[in-house]
Amino acid sequence: MLKSIGKTLLGAVFVGGLLVPHAFAETTLNALFMAQAAYSEADVRSMTEAFTKANPDIKVNLEFVPYEGLHDKTVLAQGSGGGYDVVLFDVIWPAEYATNKVLVDVSSKITDDMKKGVLPGAWTTVQYDGKYYGMPWILDTKYLFYNKEILEKAGIKAPPKTWEELGQQAKIIQDKGLLKTPIAWSWSQAEAAVCDYTTLVSAYGGDFLKDGKPDFQNGGGLSALKYMVDSYKSGLTNPNSKEFLEEDVRKVFENGDAAFALNWTYMYNMANDPKDSKVAGKVGVVPAPGVAGTSEVSAVNGSMGLGITAVSKHQDEAWKYIEFMTSQATQNQYAKLSLPIWASSYDDPAVTKGQEELIAAAKLGLAAMYPRPTTPKYQQLSTALQQAIQESLLGQTAPEDALKTAAENSGL
Amino acid sequence: MSGTWMTTRAWLLMLPLLVIMVAVIGWPLVDTVRLSFTDAQLVGTAGNYVGFDNYTKMLTSSNFSRTLVTTTWFAVISVAAEMVIGVLAALLLNQEFRGRAVLRGLMILPWALPTVVNATLWRLIYNPEYGALNAALTQLHLLDDYRSWLGEPGTALAALIVADCWKNFPLVALIALAALQAVPRDITAAALVDGAGPFNRFRFVILPYLAGPLMVALVLRTIEAFKVFDIIWVMTRGGPANSTRSLSILVYQEAFSFQRAGSGASLALIVTLLVTVLAVAYAALVRKTAGSAT
Repeated sequence: MLKSIGKTLLGAVFVGGLLVPHAFAETTLNALFMAQAAYSEADVRSMTEAFTKANPDIKVNLEFVPYEGLHDKTVLAQGSGGGYDVVLFDVIWPAEYATNKVLVDVSSKITDDMKKGVLPGAWTTVQYDGKYYGMPWILDTKYLFYNKEILEKAGIKAPPKTWEELGQQAKIIQDKGLLKTPIAWSWSQAEAAVCDYTTLVSAYGGDFLKDGKPDFQNGGGLSALKYMVDSYKSGLTNPNSKEFLEEDVRKVFENGDAAFALNWTYMYNMANDPKDSKVAGKVGVVPAPGVAGTSEVSAVNGSMGLGITAVSKHQDEAWKYIEFMTSQATQNQYAKLSLPIWASSYDDPAVTKGQEELIAAAKLGLAAMYPRPTTPKYQQLSTALQQAIQESLLGQTAPEDALKTAAENSGL
Repeated sequence: MSGTWMTTRAWLLMLPLLVIMVAVIGWPLVDTVRLSFTDAQLVGTAGNYVGFDNYTKMLTSSNFSRTLVTTTWFAVISVAAEMVIGVLAALLLNQEFRGRAVLRGLMILPWALPTVVNATLWRLIYNPEYGALNAALTQLHLLDDYRSWLGEPGTALAALIVADCWKNFPLVALIALAALQAVPRDITAAALVDGAGPFNRFRFVILPYLAGPLMVALVLRTIEAFKVFDIIWVMTRGGPANSTRSLSILVYQEAFSFQRAGSGASLALIVTLLVTVLAVAYAALVRKTAGSAT
């Protein structure tokens, strides 16, 4: 309060002196972020503080919602005419946001340096129909995490390279009585389940859509769901996976109750932090496995971008803020929970130090990132898939029928 | 002062309220009705007139019928349980005993907490790996192994109902307690002298005093239970396999997640109509009980 009064007074002095009349014309940006995973809320706050320190004429109001509320909050704010200048968006939304004019096309603002410096795969996060709707910010995919100590006790030399091998190793661990259910996934009725499914679809070489029509009910898409159901029924997968979100998976893994877990980048450094984690120092990470004869590794594109909403009245300031948040310097500084979008960062010891294993896995995983379909009807498709996954796991419907129904209900 | 002037003045005094009501309830309702006959999207297209298409599609979809059944189960069981537990708690707290004031204060706590806090708390209690419920039941040897309460269709709805009861029975208890304090002491004393047992004392002496206020609680709770959204959204988001999806969640998905404002509006109106019918039926009942009590 005092500070802002001080600023106003100072501003008045300048204006009175006709020096730089606009220098203190304060702009307030409203920005929407998510309150979990990747960059932590504290990270975002301190990045923003650094930005406002460098740009004292811009104020940024931050709001954090859980991932599950991010899409609807963005759309609702837009629908009600007020709202945010800068929003965080998931890789699955640009199609819908572009079609419904939620985000502005920023293609002209992307510089050649950006085009050259950012990893090519990262751009798919913000593109739709050849146009750019923001800057990639969180570059992420799911990795296979493993508990080195448990694998060692089971006499397993190397983590699995194929999904089949994952099952075999889990069986050994189970048979030796080291863990009752060695694998943990996030298969709750939520987007998280679709991300795990997508990772498997990419491993089995499946397609979500062909010529705009659903194609996941055949081939690789079907094999992926069958793998999930088999793993669940065999008892190798923790049966509680069907109500887990990513954070539940992390807790189970950090408690030493899982030998294998599929999760995002952020788990690596959190699980290695002895403050919360019982498995600190024993965390191994590799790219998600492949399928013999089809793929070497598998990965889902789980990246997120920062964009400017069409209702924003301060688009220039908003872009300035986005540029700062996605700059290589900022990203390198906060590379512990989310890896940078900039290619050359991966050779920077400041980024790689202490997480060499993660960087090695990232080089393979990020290159193999498989996108979920870019369609304006994504939410409907995803909801239908979530239902198919859960019904199959619960044994209510056979995977073939569940996916057929999902295809019918996908709205495509 | 003449009667007509009194009436005019009453209307004049109510005018500001009426204007506000029309603005915040009337207009959105009219606009929702208009929307429900179009194929409008939430953002973007304004939509074309499609007649009763949205309604027929909604009413004939298996999603709707299934969700209606789920919501009805949820509402009927949780409201019934809240009424019974609420009245029992009120009877208990109406007794003279040490620490009664503290207990009354504590009882209101779950109701006073925001639903999201309650729901998060219950998610922790039901946690399949580290939850208190599993720990308690296995230590008491009532359960061999930890269970996934919110992950099985068979137990998820029941688990939600328990959480909802815990949150809402204090409201019923509070209303019942207030009514109990209006029961004249000499009447209950006379019933005791006449040799009426506890059940008969409750049924014939106390219940008539409770009936009116309890009907109000019943109406309030039923309407709220039919509109349930937040507790389910936080705990299961309608899962597993949509076994706990309520009508409000269906409206939300249709209108906001899928952005089909038109069919979302039609669904919202169907739910509004259902709740209104319930409320009118109850109101008639209230009038009857209130009439018979006096």
